[in-house]
Amino acid sequence: MKFTLLINEGPYQHQASDTAYQFAKAAIAKGHEIYRVFFYNDGVNNATRLAIPPQDDRNITENWAALAKEHDLDMVVCIAAAQRRGMLDADEAERQGKDAHNIHPAFRISGLGQLVEGGIQSDRLLTFGD
Amino acid sequence: MAMLHTVNKSPFERNSLNSCLTKSKEGSTILLIEDAVLGALKGTVIADKLTTAMTTKNIYVLGSDLNTRGFTEADILDGIKVVDYSGFVDLVAEHANVQSWL
Amino acid sequence: MSDDVKKFMFVNTKAPYGTVYALESLEVVLISAAFDQDVSLAFCDDGVFQITKNQNTEGSGMKNFSPAYKALGDYDINKLYVEKESLEERGLTLDNLMDLTYEDEDDDWAEKPSIKLVTRAELADLMDQQDVVISS
Repeated sequence: MKFTLLINEGPYQHQASDTAYQFAKAAIAKGHEIYRVFFYNDGVNNATRLAIPPQDDRNITENWAALAKEHDLDMVVCIAAAQRRGMLDADEAERQGKDAHNIHPAFRISGLGQLVEGGIQSDRLLTFGD
Repeated sequence: MAMLHTVNKSPFERNSLNSCLTKSKEGSTILLIEDAVLGALKGTVIADKLTTAMTTKNIYVLGSDLNTRGFTEADILDGIKVVDYSGFVDLVAEHANVQSWL
Repeated sequence: MSDDVKKFMFVNTKAPYGTVYALESLEVVLISAAFDQDVSLAFCDDGVFQITKNQNTEGSGMKNFSPAYKALGDYDINKLYVEKESLEERGLTLDNLMDLTYEDEDDDWAEKPSIKLVTRAELADLMDQQDVVISS
């Protein structure tokens, strides 16, 4: 079965991203497909490549990145929500004339249409939020 | 196939479990995750409400979130079933659609 | 409608402004209009406050996004279900809500209300019929 996961809260502040990550791992282990992971609202903050969590804690962004690499996950950050919150990839930083970018390369920036399309293409769309 | 509802907030702080209980149909399934697992404990002010709900709906709790908060299956109301993440995935697959009460 | 059209329902349960969920949910709704799906909205719990009349954000400095709800009809999104019990619990009636309408192309473009008052049980039935439910 194909799942699209919608993550609406940032890392650490809420458990939503952790729950979604554990769900994704379990779904893949059972032979399901994660069609897309879409990050929206403060969920876009999961894509920061600059977070430095304490060494004895989990690194949420790197965990997602590793899972994505291993299973070729499509992790999409909503561009409108990201821009509002100062989350930019290199291309976007250049286009907007900003002097830095902070999105981890495991994630890609795209529009909200990717969420709706995920809902259309997947058997289930599951929201993780606050 | 009936609907799966997930609830993730403590019912002692937020209203989402109550919303879910009043807006879900008979025969549907409710999975308590994250802080909502605290609502599954025995002896709480909402225990009677959950026990009544269980006569028409299936209630599950995510075991790892229960353990994370210092509780086990022994601490929760009779009739509430415990699942792991694999069971969470199965519940999503077995139900026609999912609603997260946020 | 063809077989590949899915029923999407956006369930709004939170008040506007205190958090960003109402605004950003509306942005998804507007985008979804481009995908020719069967889209509806539900307003229940504090979500009913999202579509009250006379929102005025001058003093708070926030962006007043309530006019965008009036555009939904132009996007063929004209099923806005408002839960009766949620209104009553908050001391509101339909008179407190914006006039949200659409022009019915099957009825000589007659202007019709988009808001449909439903009971809690009717809303539960509607949710049950969806393929995709996105709540916030």
